[in-house]
Amino acid sequence: MSDAGKWTWGGVLAVFAVFGLMLAAHAQDTGAYVQGLMVFVFGAAASFWLIARGNGPTWTPAGESVAATDYNEAVVRAGVTASTIWGLIGFLVGIWIALELAWPAFNLGLPWTNFGRLRPVHTSAVIFAFGGNVLIATSFYVVQRTCRARLFGGWLPWFVFWGYQLFLVMAASGYVLGVTESREYAEPEWFADLWLTIVWVCYLLVFLGTIMKRKEPHIYVANWFYLAFIVTIAMLHIVNNLSVPIAWNASKSYSLFSGVQDAMTQWWYGHNAVGFFLTAGFLGIMYYFVPKQADRPIYSYRLSIVHFWALIFLYIWAGPHHLHYTALPDWAQTLGMTFSVMLWMPSWGGMINGLMTLSGAWDKLRTDPVLRMLAVSVAFYGMSTFEGPLMSIKSVNALSHYTDWTIGHVHSGALGWVAYVSFGALYHLAPKLWKRERLYSIQLVSVHFWVASIGIVLYITAMWVSGILQGLMWRAYDRLGFLEYSFVETVQAMHPFYAIRALGGILFMLGAVVMAYNLWRTARGDLRVETIAGAPAAAVA
Amino acid sequence: MLNHGTIERNSILLLVLTLIVVSIGGIVEIAPLFYLESTIEKVQGMRPYTPLELRGRDIYVREGCYLCHSQMIRDLRDEQARYGHYSLAAESMYDHPFQWGSKRTGPDLARVGGRYSDAWHVAHLKDPRSVVPESIMPSYAFLATAPLETADIKERMTANRRTGVPYTDAMIADAGQDIQLQVMPDAPGSDAFLKRYPKAQMRDFDGNPDMLSEMDALVAYLQMLGTLVDFSTYDPQAPGNQR
Repeated sequence: MSDAGKWTWGGVLAVFAVFGLMLAAHAQDTGAYVQGLMVFVFGAAASFWLIARGNGPTWTPAGESVAATDYNEAVVRAGVTASTIWGLIGFLVGIWIALELAWPAFNLGLPWTNFGRLRPVHTSAVIFAFGGNVLIATSFYVVQRTCRARLFGGWLPWFVFWGYQLFLVMAASGYVLGVTESREYAEPEWFADLWLTIVWVCYLLVFLGTIMKRKEPHIYVANWFYLAFIVTIAMLHIVNNLSVPIAWNASKSYSLFSGVQDAMTQWWYGHNAVGFFLTAGFLGIMYYFVPKQADRPIYSYRLSIVHFWALIFLYIWAGPHHLHYTALPDWAQTLGMTFSVMLWMPSWGGMINGLMTLSGAWDKLRTDPVLRMLAVSVAFYGMSTFEGPLMSIKSVNALSHYTDWTIGHVHSGALGWVAYVSFGALYHLAPKLWKRERLYSIQLVSVHFWVASIGIVLYITAMWVSGILQGLMWRAYDRLGFLEYSFVETVQAMHPFYAIRALGGILFMLGAVVMAYNLWRTARGDLRVETIAGAPAAAVA
Repeated sequence: MLNHGTIERNSILLLVLTLIVVSIGGIVEIAPLFYLESTIEKVQGMRPYTPLELRGRDIYVREGCYLCHSQMIRDLRDEQARYGHYSLAAESMYDHPFQWGSKRTGPDLARVGGRYSDAWHVAHLKDPRSVVPESIMPSYAFLATAPLETADIKERMTANRRTGVPYTDAMIADAGQDIQLQVMPDAPGSDAFLKRYPKAQMRDFDGNPDMLSEMDALVAYLQMLGTLVDFSTYDPQAPGNQR
């Protein structure tokens, strides 16, 4: 980087640091104070790093060589590490709040550890911290390889990575302190939202810039999905978070919309956080890593075109199925249900495209636990995208809404699909990024797969039973036409299932700990001596 | 006919087409809610929250109550038997943000106002299992000892007014007194307060007259929930209310 550029951007970050310090000094509440300090530390560190390193090796190699060694893999390595750590944190908080529901003593009686404050920590940590880091890391990896071009923007990818971590830390620390907009999956307050907007625009610049300087004539299908994920999340994030802060130095704001319009906007966002963050982005992962791991081409090019356009068009309509039988006007509910049912088709088109990519390579499922994880993730994708349209039908939703069935549905998608496809990608990436022959241990991948799979099955079956049971108890009438159960009787009936759910979560977490150990040993360059099924004996040593 | 090869060779074209395709659903489903007159029913009784209720609502949001309690009674037979008249869109017209919720780990609260005594609420919030032994709700005892922050009440109401809540200049100017007044029913000025906020309940909510606590605010908010709309004058069959 030029000296001028170094000082300009270092200066901008220094101003940002001063702003953080001012915010902390003038803060109206604890939330604004803590977050002001975080902004200061981030801005000061980034500014120092940029200015100090500006004279070192240049950020963009002259001549833009496309040799493999010139890909920016350091930022992807950082992303893989961050994903693993955030994943463990997110799963752990998930177990904690599951225990709180089974045994309320786990709330500890403290404001910061109550279910209401920790639940957003869990959802944001798994969706945005674990999932988001996996998406950023894999998209940076895939876009370079499929475009045969180094990441655009010199140090900008690093700004995206660290800026995103700052957003995550601001969000999580805010929740614990009671700083929340109370919009599910969009809880961070206005200043964190503004910061994420800046980071996200930079993310789009890096991704699009890399595509624009590609050496390949075609843009690979995985990148369509990543691109749709990035721009749609930008649109959803900005519209859903429109709010009026009470002061520049206070963390509290009031949403611009109210009541029914606000509910519709929030669930337009909420369902498409699922549709574009947890689906489109992870389909990008599927379209690159499944063919790579199976060593087979994508099953059908034509199907991927239909899958892409149909999926992104239909998904955006599905929000109102979160508001069936509410005060939302009927016409909107009917539209939401209709499009949700139609969404089944492109979803299964994608599942078929992913699974059939294994044509001619099915035998590898026996020998390659990484591929097994990826294949099972696509199967879970198919299952939860069947369950979703089913639950969006109004008469089914009348039973399932407000119950644990929704929680079970979300987790079959989140654990079975999103987390498994992420684990598969992380296992695929680690040896490549750290330049190792293979993973430290293939057998430990198998251990992870089976322990976590048993955990998922326990989790989702417990939630199916508790959800349907509670839904039926709420609407049960006795012979005289009175409601048969008081509310608290239905709460009491949930206890065994909440305990089983917590056990499922613990098993899932144990699997992730095994993965973290395996990835760490791989990064260190260790190889566990083990017999690898299907491999020639010479490769073992 | 556009060949797909053209789209996948041109990143800006791909970006623009994607943005158009993902915009349509939201525009069709959200925009009409702002101008169709039938979206919100015509009712009598809805008013902006009193300063104390507003602060109680902020605490409700801060503690994440919406994660386990809905405020949206669906028009299903069993829900109306359990909770009362189905919720109207009008009842959340001043809710920035809405608190309809998505999960009932605990019961719906849309019409909880007046169902229980203040003392029950205070005991329940301090130690839920003291009044409902099977409850799995966390304890909120810390609300009773936390003094309510009132210094920024005007800023909070002004921000609400900017989003469209019809707070008058007088309401905002007097907010500092009104928030104290609501827990002192016999103090002078209570008539003017009730004129500004009809049907507002005035009393010491937390059983501790020495301090205006966060518990006061939250209980005031809970006791108001579902009590504003006058259902004796509401006609669901009226043409304007057919939705």
